[in-house]
Amino acid sequence: MSPILITFYCLAAITLATAFLTIYSKNPIHSAIYLVLCFFSIAGHYLLFNAQFLAIVHIIVYSGAIMILFLFTIMLMNLNKENEVHKPRITRLGAIVVFVVTSIVLTTIFINSKPIAGEYPTTGEDFQSIKVLGKILLNEYMVPFEFASILLLVAMIGVVLLSKKEKPGK
Amino acid sequence: MDSAFIIEKSVVIVTVFAITMIMAMYSTWAERKVAAFLQDRVGPNRAGWGGLLQPLADGMKLFAKEEFEPNTPNKFLFFVGPAIAMSTALMTSAVIPWGDQLEVFGRTVQLQATDIDVSLLYIFGVVSVGVYGIMIGGWASNNKFSLMGAVRAASQMVSYEIAMGLSMIALLMMTGTLSLKEISMQQSGMDWNVFYQPLGFLIFLICAFAETNRTPFDLAECESELIGGYHTEYSSMKMGFYLFAEYANMFISSTVIAVLYFGGYNYPGMSWAVENWGVNAANIIGIGALFIKLCFFIFFFMWVRWTIPRFRYDQLMHLGWKILIPLSIVNIIITGICILAFK
Repeated sequence: MSPILITFYCLAAITLATAFLTIYSKNPIHSAIYLVLCFFSIAGHYLLFNAQFLAIVHIIVYSGAIMILFLFTIMLMNLNKENEVHKPRITRLGAIVVFVVTSIVLTTIFINSKPIAGEYPTTGEDFQSIKVLGKILLNEYMVPFEFASILLLVAMIGVVLLSKKEKPGK
Repeated sequence: MDSAFIIEKSVVIVTVFAITMIMAMYSTWAERKVAAFLQDRVGPNRAGWGGLLQPLADGMKLFAKEEFEPNTPNKFLFFVGPAIAMSTALMTSAVIPWGDQLEVFGRTVQLQATDIDVSLLYIFGVVSVGVYGIMIGGWASNNKFSLMGAVRAASQMVSYEIAMGLSMIALLMMTGTLSLKEISMQQSGMDWNVFYQPLGFLIFLICAFAETNRTPFDLAECESELIGGYHTEYSSMKMGFYLFAEYANMFISSTVIAVLYFGGYNYPGMSWAVENWGVNAANIIGIGALFIKLCFFIFFFMWVRWTIPRFRYDQLMHLGWKILIPLSIVNIIITGICILAFK
């Protein structure tokens, strides 16, 4: 086995284990920390593809910003076992049904899809360098790129509007 | 990959690690001396000449002290907090170019642990992960004062990261690269970035103070309101790690400021020195030049700490969100216009 393959298996094991632990751990803060570890191992997968930019941006955005805000909220909400809402049995049953149906759909898609893993022609261009990445994003994928930024802007304005509700009596 | 390459890189990495540790150690000494100087006192002068052995004595004391653990259900996280703080503080130095190159035994040694394409983003990534050390430690202490200190520190760091990133974008528009090595090379001679980006430098400097949790932004350690901040419950070397990480961070941010805005290892007449004195001599002077620059910024950090009182929390957030972020966006626009007009 090549070192890269061994690294891949270790990373995959960490990713799966932390993803499961995110769901299974009782303490919400532990869940969040396992999710952070999961994000880190996914960044490791990107590094295996030599996608340095993607890996670092993934860490900055997900681990460095989103999960910190998550941890923030969880820490300040002070979730205890006592005030956890007890779910009725019918909800659990529904969850199981939904899960089974989703997994059937996903497995059928996975079996029927034909993965295209053809040989890519080597153009000699270094697609890991940010210069090439930027040129592609702002030439070929200009419209989706701008749409994504508009979507983010809309989401941001929406959040500000929602959190700044009119005070009563005004 | 030959074994000489691995040895070369290991030597560089271990040296950088050792230098970071020594600089952080002696920053504690320098901080006391500077404080003493500014307050018209003598400062530490018992251990060694001029108190030079004081950091060693402090380290011994911290190691030898009794370890006290609070009654917390999260013993492991309590232990992990300072470890994350310390390791992230040390990881940043991997991408900093300490000099151009040296010729040792016929090999050209790059004075940088690794020159990745995205080294500037790497620094940001590591800095943003550093918040976890504080948050996890503060939460796992099982103490509401620690938690409030941690939340304050983390929210402050997250808010100032935005302005820092935006001030960085203006610099990147000018340099056109994210590699710290290339940014250093572009500033050869006296072609320092600070002359083109004075506003960006100012914003970056202010944000560096906030990121390292130094006065006037050390609200996390507001003694009168929050006891000791996020490390209230820590004792012995764990406490030492948190304090040490702060000094290591200060050293690294001074280095980043020197590299990004003040020419890094470049000094006037470096190319002349390379031609006449040889690569090694010229680059050793270059390392010296970088250290003079970064020592000035370390001194500046201390100077500010003992001169300016602490902000109030709302003032801090006001400065971060309503002044620095719009200013850095204006800076980006001005930089864009200048690039269009002059290039």
